[in-house]
Amino acid sequence: MLRFIPILTIVMMIGPVSAGLIGTLLPAFGILPALGGTSPSLDPWAALFAQPGLDQSIVLSLVNGLAATLISVVIVLLFCAAWQGTPVFRLMQRLLSPILSVPHATAAFGLAFLIAPSGWIARVIAQFAGWDRPVDIAIIQDPLGLAMVAGLVTKEIPFLFLMTLAALPQAETERTAQITATLGYGKITGWFKASLPRIYPQIRLPILAVLAYSTSVVDVAIILGPTTPAPLAVRILGWLSDPDLAYRFMASSAAVLQLLIVIAAMGIWMLGEKVLGITGRHWAEDGHRFKRDGGLRRTSAVLAVIAAGAVILGLVILLVWSIAGFWAFPDLLPRHFSFRLWVREFDMIGASLWTTLLIGVPAVLTAVALVLGCLENEVRIGHGPGRRAIWLIYVPLLVPQISFMFGLQVFFTLIGMERTLFAVVLAHLVFVLPYVFLSLSDPFRALDPRYGQTALCLGASPTRVFWQVRLPLLTRTVLTAMAVGMAVTVGQYLPTLLIGAGRFATVTTEAVALASGGDRRMIGIYGLLQMVLPFAGFACALLIPAILFRHRRGMSAQSKG
Amino acid sequence: MPTKGKTGLELRDVRIALDGRELVAVNLTIAPGEVVTLMGPSGSGKSSLLGHICGTLPAQFDISGQVLLDGVALDGLAPQDRHVGILFQDDLLFPHLSVGGNLAFALPSGVKGKANRREQVEQALISAGMDGFYNRDPATLSGGQRARVALMRVLLSEPCVLLLDEPFSKLDSELRGQIRSFVFDLARKNGLPTLMVTHDPEDGVAAGGRLIELS
Amino acid sequence: MRSKMRAFVSALTLATGIATASISGPAFADPAPDVGNWQSVLEQARGQTVYWHAWGGEPRINDYIAWAGEQVFERYGVKVVQVKLTDTADAVTKVLTEKTAGVDDGGAVDMIWINGENFAAMKRNELLFGPWAEDTPNFDYVDVAGKPTVVNDFTVPTNGLEAPWGMAQVSFYYDTAKHDDMPKSAQELLEWLVKNPGRFTYPQPPNYMGSTFLKQILTELVKDPKVLQQPADEANAKEVLAPLWGYLEDLQPLLWRGGQAYPQNGASMRTLLADNEVDIAFSFSSGEVSSAIEAYELPDTVRSYVFDTGTLGNTNFVAIPYNASAKAGAVVLADFLMSPEAQLRKQDPQYWGADTVLAMDKLPSDMRDAFANLDLGIASLSPAERGTVLPEPHPSWMELVELEWQKKYGVVQ
Repeated sequence: MLRFIPILTIVMMIGPVSAGLIGTLLPAFGILPALGGTSPSLDPWAALFAQPGLDQSIVLSLVNGLAATLISVVIVLLFCAAWQGTPVFRLMQRLLSPILSVPHATAAFGLAFLIAPSGWIARVIAQFAGWDRPVDIAIIQDPLGLAMVAGLVTKEIPFLFLMTLAALPQAETERTAQITATLGYGKITGWFKASLPRIYPQIRLPILAVLAYSTSVVDVAIILGPTTPAPLAVRILGWLSDPDLAYRFMASSAAVLQLLIVIAAMGIWMLGEKVLGITGRHWAEDGHRFKRDGGLRRTSAVLAVIAAGAVILGLVILLVWSIAGFWAFPDLLPRHFSFRLWVREFDMIGASLWTTLLIGVPAVLTAVALVLGCLENEVRIGHGPGRRAIWLIYVPLLVPQISFMFGLQVFFTLIGMERTLFAVVLAHLVFVLPYVFLSLSDPFRALDPRYGQTALCLGASPTRVFWQVRLPLLTRTVLTAMAVGMAVTVGQYLPTLLIGAGRFATVTTEAVALASGGDRRMIGIYGLLQMVLPFAGFACALLIPAILFRHRRGMSAQSKG
Repeated sequence: MPTKGKTGLELRDVRIALDGRELVAVNLTIAPGEVVTLMGPSGSGKSSLLGHICGTLPAQFDISGQVLLDGVALDGLAPQDRHVGILFQDDLLFPHLSVGGNLAFALPSGVKGKANRREQVEQALISAGMDGFYNRDPATLSGGQRARVALMRVLLSEPCVLLLDEPFSKLDSELRGQIRSFVFDLARKNGLPTLMVTHDPEDGVAAGGRLIELS
Repeated sequence: MRSKMRAFVSALTLATGIATASISGPAFADPAPDVGNWQSVLEQARGQTVYWHAWGGEPRINDYIAWAGEQVFERYGVKVVQVKLTDTADAVTKVLTEKTAGVDDGGAVDMIWINGENFAAMKRNELLFGPWAEDTPNFDYVDVAGKPTVVNDFTVPTNGLEAPWGMAQVSFYYDTAKHDDMPKSAQELLEWLVKNPGRFTYPQPPNYMGSTFLKQILTELVKDPKVLQQPADEANAKEVLAPLWGYLEDLQPLLWRGGQAYPQNGASMRTLLADNEVDIAFSFSSGEVSSAIEAYELPDTVRSYVFDTGTLGNTNFVAIPYNASAKAGAVVLADFLMSPEAQLRKQDPQYWGADTVLAMDKLPSDMRDAFANLDLGIASLSPAERGTVLPEPHPSWMELVELEWQKKYGVVQ
């Protein structure tokens, strides 16, 4: 039974994505019978390449996606190198959960409310500069997309930080750091020369997932990105919702193009890895120690604090907006406050939170069960041939959502399953499971195998070893993976709306619908509400093991390892 | 534990190879109550041999020969059905269970009754000189206490053979002597054929049994 | 403990209920209701659930829809669920997906809040059920003679495929505490912007409100407005549109952000006014401005006005997809939305503040009085203040304009 779980899991990931891609590929080449497209043609491509500014959209997607990923990775690695094992590092670890619970769109709104010409920072400056109207410069929606990159970076840093944290203990970085220090290396250089080569393979997949996401992002790009022209994914969404249904053909070929852009971005990244790998090896052996790295260390801390601070301050401003009366520029605070909207939304809140759980809990539990099944199978059969195929689980993370979501909808409708809770959960699972796998696989594989061997030799059956030894030892990891999964399912807008045919009003479908009304108070309320469930999840992941194992000091060391 | 009808552990021309390279080849019989020491440099496949006897060696190793325990072939049996007890250099006490919980984990399910099981565990603690430690967090024990609990845990699982994988290498020299005699005395008392791998010659001397050098 | 148990049981029932209801939903085909026989429609509708796909960005409108749903449930036993959308096109996509997958019965969408290009596209691709709208009892009150757009959606004849439920007309608004004497025509707007550069913008086409602004300018500047009522003709398009492009050439550099960035939609343009980034904004309903003041989104000194030359007006409709699961229920709901009672509440800015589609002279006198006595809200325009209503151009003109705009201004070099 257990041995079939990896193949079942892979089918559940690959199946919907492939079905969705077929549903996108066919119209991209002119086939969509419902709109009269019955014979193959290249017209959609011709129409696409005739779109004004297409080249700029492509460059924006590609360059900004790569830039956002590179900046996030560099900041995370620099920060880990410079501050691992210090109080600053532990402070960041503590800030991690709340920041991870913030959906991308909420963080982007928070950032916009902070840095826009009418934003809070400008209001502070206005007090001294005496401005009575915002400066007319494009700080957000700037033509180069810098604000969008900033928005992506603030949200990707915590995710990559979480993934790196999981990889650190396996690479024994603390001990390595002691050794490099005694050899006279500066903290950062020692870390980059000795620890990074061991850590990088473990965080490579999360980095590629971030790259795929950043290259095809929609929500953050709509809020912070340029519009003349917009990055490709945003334009695809526009074409898909054009009243002229003939645009669907072109939108499909654009979705295929988007997939190619993501593949190109990954190619470029891997090429960079190769080059850096070779030059890095020479660098590691050249003996330079760079002992005076205080400036760089402080810079990395400042960057990390700015990134975390932007999200947190953005949230505070969202909170203020949610209770604001009329709030004119350049007032630092609203003239009066009102809880009226919170009170009005209160009735809706319960129902939409409940629906969110109705979808999220089964999706997360199924994901965790399947992932544990795959990993446990790995332990039992050793390094079998299935191990190599398991990366297929990550396909949904690497293929842009917009490239297969609409095909997926057709697929579910074809098999008569759309609108069912089952189908919505299944669709969520496609996005939740890879993240759960990402969070769980390293710690699971890193667990000392001798615990299991000892238990087996003590006469415990493999099943008992799993339930009574491995699972309890991984309590905190499993709960964290569940919280990550919960954050992912709560964030799903398109799959919930499209596959659920509007039958499932979750916190996010409500939030996105109300955000289209543009009232910043509603954006504030639902942005914060979207955080509630993931935050509760992360809080449980910290509290439950702490309570369960309050008399087991070894467990806190264990969950770090 | 009775030794009647037991012939001990027999390794009949056991060879372990990885990627075509032979790691270890032994032909050896260990009588009940006998302690045999395998010496060899690291990488000589000592631990792989123990893993093979336990049945936890990953599939990519090539293995020939037979492992017999009291005349019964172990090859093909699941680890949990072999009655092979093993101690590593780390005590590997389960950090999520109490000291008593660790011991009770090892106690066979055939021992019925909550009170009865508790009693057996308490007895084991008394014989390890750790009366009253049932509810203690293993993380709060001293190194010597942990080693003793680890051994008691193996013995409670009623093994028919005891394997020791450099069990004393992490203990400081003062403790090492104590724990060595504690382990060997109990192994003999229980009539367990015992196979120890180590690279510390003193271990072999203290064991007082045959000493085999691997190349 | 017991209450926890009960909550759990009801949760479980709800969960299985949702699962089974949705599984069994598509299985039953809904026969087309015979709208001529109203009694049979009511009978068929009873017990149905109508999934009404409607824009969900305005809590007041959501509340109004919820109220209408309660009324229809109490009176006719029809349950209404609003599926809150960010964009009408999502519902169109849904229907299209179902047609692609061969789901010609038991579709997910029972009713769509729709007009203009979306309606034209659905009509053209035969994705709508009907005709039905003009056979409903309350359609008799609709002001077909006085408001020709109730049967001509952006010049496209509705043919009874959709029912009108609200009027919309462009009005501009500004903060009276900061300015007076605002521009009252396209030409004045340009002159005003020369003096106040960067203090005006419009949402980026093809956003609905952005395109509306372009249409407003086009309608004002075109030599012969009648030509816009006909489908666009390649032959004369260049000449017809020339005044618009000439105007934009002057206007674009004077816009907020120099025309390098645009608000996404009407709502974000409203935010710009609130933040004092721009001085003039516009909306399709002056009642919406009153609502925004009430919701603290705008200062209470904001007022609406219209151009002397008139502003564009159109009608909001509801339509039923060809494969809807609850057609009779949707017809009953649509009929209720056109009732004097529902229309009165809709026009009341306390609830929504959108104009009625009904003819006052067709109404019973008590209802007529009720309409006359409505307090329309501080920033709302009374029918007398609204001036001339200009008709919407044919959708094909808009397609041309949007395409050309994207080429000229959608890509900043």
